[in-house]
Amino acid sequence: MLAYLVRRALFGAGTVLGVLLFLFVLFFLVTAPEDIARKSIGEKAPPEAIAQWLANHGYDKPLFWNAERPADTLLAEHFRRMLTFDFGVSDADGVPITRRLGEGVGPSLSLTVPLFLLGVPIGIGLALVAAFFRDSYIDRMGVVLCVLAMSVSLLLYIIGGQYLIGKLLRWFPISGFDPRPSVILRFLALPLIVGLLAGVGEHVRFYRTVFLEETGRDHVRTARAKGAGEGRVMTFHVLRNALIPILTQVVLEIPFLFTGSLLLESFFGIPGLGSITVDAIQGNDFATLRTMVYIGALLFILGQVLTDVSYTLVDPRVRLG
Amino acid sequence: MESHVVSNLVAGLLVLLVVGALVAASRSDIWREAGRQLVRRRPIALAAVALYAAVAMLDSFAWVGGGDIARPQTIIDRFFPADFQERSYSAPLARTEFYGDEPLRYPARHLLGTDILGRDVLHLTLKGARVALLIGGFTSLIVIPIALLFGMSAGYAGGRWDAIVFFVMSTLASMPGLLLLVALIMVMGRGPLQVCVALGVTGWVGFCRLTRGETLKLRELEFVQAARALGATTPRILATHVLPNLAHLVLITFVLMFSGLVLSEAILSWLGIGIDGSWGQMIDQARDELARDPIIVWNLTAASFALFGLILSVNVVGDALRDVLDPRTLRER
Repeated sequence: MLAYLVRRALFGAGTVLGVLLFLFVLFFLVTAPEDIARKSIGEKAPPEAIAQWLANHGYDKPLFWNAERPADTLLAEHFRRMLTFDFGVSDADGVPITRRLGEGVGPSLSLTVPLFLLGVPIGIGLALVAAFFRDSYIDRMGVVLCVLAMSVSLLLYIIGGQYLIGKLLRWFPISGFDPRPSVILRFLALPLIVGLLAGVGEHVRFYRTVFLEETGRDHVRTARAKGAGEGRVMTFHVLRNALIPILTQVVLEIPFLFTGSLLLESFFGIPGLGSITVDAIQGNDFATLRTMVYIGALLFILGQVLTDVSYTLVDPRVRLG
Repeated sequence: MESHVVSNLVAGLLVLLVVGALVAASRSDIWREAGRQLVRRRPIALAAVALYAAVAMLDSFAWVGGGDIARPQTIIDRFFPADFQERSYSAPLARTEFYGDEPLRYPARHLLGTDILGRDVLHLTLKGARVALLIGGFTSLIVIPIALLFGMSAGYAGGRWDAIVFFVMSTLASMPGLLLLVALIMVMGRGPLQVCVALGVTGWVGFCRLTRGETLKLRELEFVQAARALGATTPRILATHVLPNLAHLVLITFVLMFSGLVLSEAILSWLGIGIDGSWGQMIDQARDELARDPIIVWNLTAASFALFGLILSVNVVGDALRDVLDPRTLRER
């Protein structure tokens, strides 16, 4: 048992190092720091200006090998900084990245957490209804609606929502953000509605498949045979067992709540981590971008390890392979 | 080589591959039967996919000549007059410009109106089909061989090689997909090839995991063990005993992946790093058009309906394909 936990944690740590190595190749070898400098201060900048920029941003070191001080290379620096959460300054405007992340995480969570807390129960509820009425017209129509909803681009949901609810009906402001509790809901309502609509099709379809797999099991037939009503069967025999695969899926979404939603935040003017990432993309800010990828991966790996560990603690059937 | 020659070659290669796969499939009873069932179940969606493919085909091969135009033109281009352009916006079938009363050069000829640069929206929308199919087709051309190679070898060989492949997959899978995609494109630069490669790098992992898992199962089956006992070499076992049993999964995953790829490109377009001429770009442009007064909708509507129609029909075909080919999954009707 303990051996498994240690092995799992070590594999997670190895994956983090793998991600860091990948990011190094991507952001230091494929694009040299000189390219980043040129993108930041102009293509025709004189060599002295580029050297100055490199020195200011800490890029003025050899890539792999420094004969005098072996630890003073970009590779070592990259690993040391990322692992100690010292992310340095933005390539675009020199603002410390850590400070910017701290400012962005609150607005991001204020959008993603309600989206998650509303979306999961709505999805499960609708899927239960579909599974309850399986093979009837309600179920078939539900499936058709899900496929229709999945086939629309998220861009269209956002543009349509902003136009219809924000501009024509004037229920909520088209975009903007204000963290004061009395008004925050006015600004979050529209992104929440759009986010829920855009995600519901895929979620319902997934949950429904899980439920239908569960309804075919032997213990469900036994429950029916002993005279349990359909509602009782659905809640106590199907839902409870189906929760295991559903939870696996749902728990893995939690890490990404922190990194926010790129499109929703940026379209609706919410100054969260998603907006920061979009600004970084548009401003050629490679330092911020690689930090965001790293944090996303770190949270995901952490979540995965924790899920696996909690399974071995909770479910005796899990093999310690 | 000139760029239109290269793109002709790529398109020709894709057509050859599709035709080759269809001919190979039609030789086997199982695939013929699956195809027949698919046509019976979803005739409309299949016809829609075929229509998109046909439009894309007509726009895939460009050559210089015909008329007095120096630039290469495709068959779709040749349906429209060479200088089929106005100065700015005009409504569908309008006789004057949308802002102001200037008469158009081609009054009542623009079936879907013109965009901000005066280009015909119908023409642009038809040309978008090629971009969409290129995204899906060319990306899977990168993804499928890589995923099959690594997935099958890792699943069959096991041991250290399997551990390495599994580690690389976990590493790539742990990075947020969209962010990784954006990072790759920013690092490699913008352009259709770069977008397809980036989509390939982020997309091959799921495919590879699937083939690896399936190969692990197949390896233990009697017919594979029998082949091994008879002294068949590993490449031969993989090619004649494992690969045919993965083919249906490859096809299902490809179709289901296709719509995801095209939708991803729409998001990339909005971030300003998509492929020129895609429907995503047209939708992105429409954001400003809805803020105008009076608003302009024909550009947005044409691109969205074209995109929606393609994704919907591909999704429907993909679901039906899964029902037909994969007896283990539930029948989803």
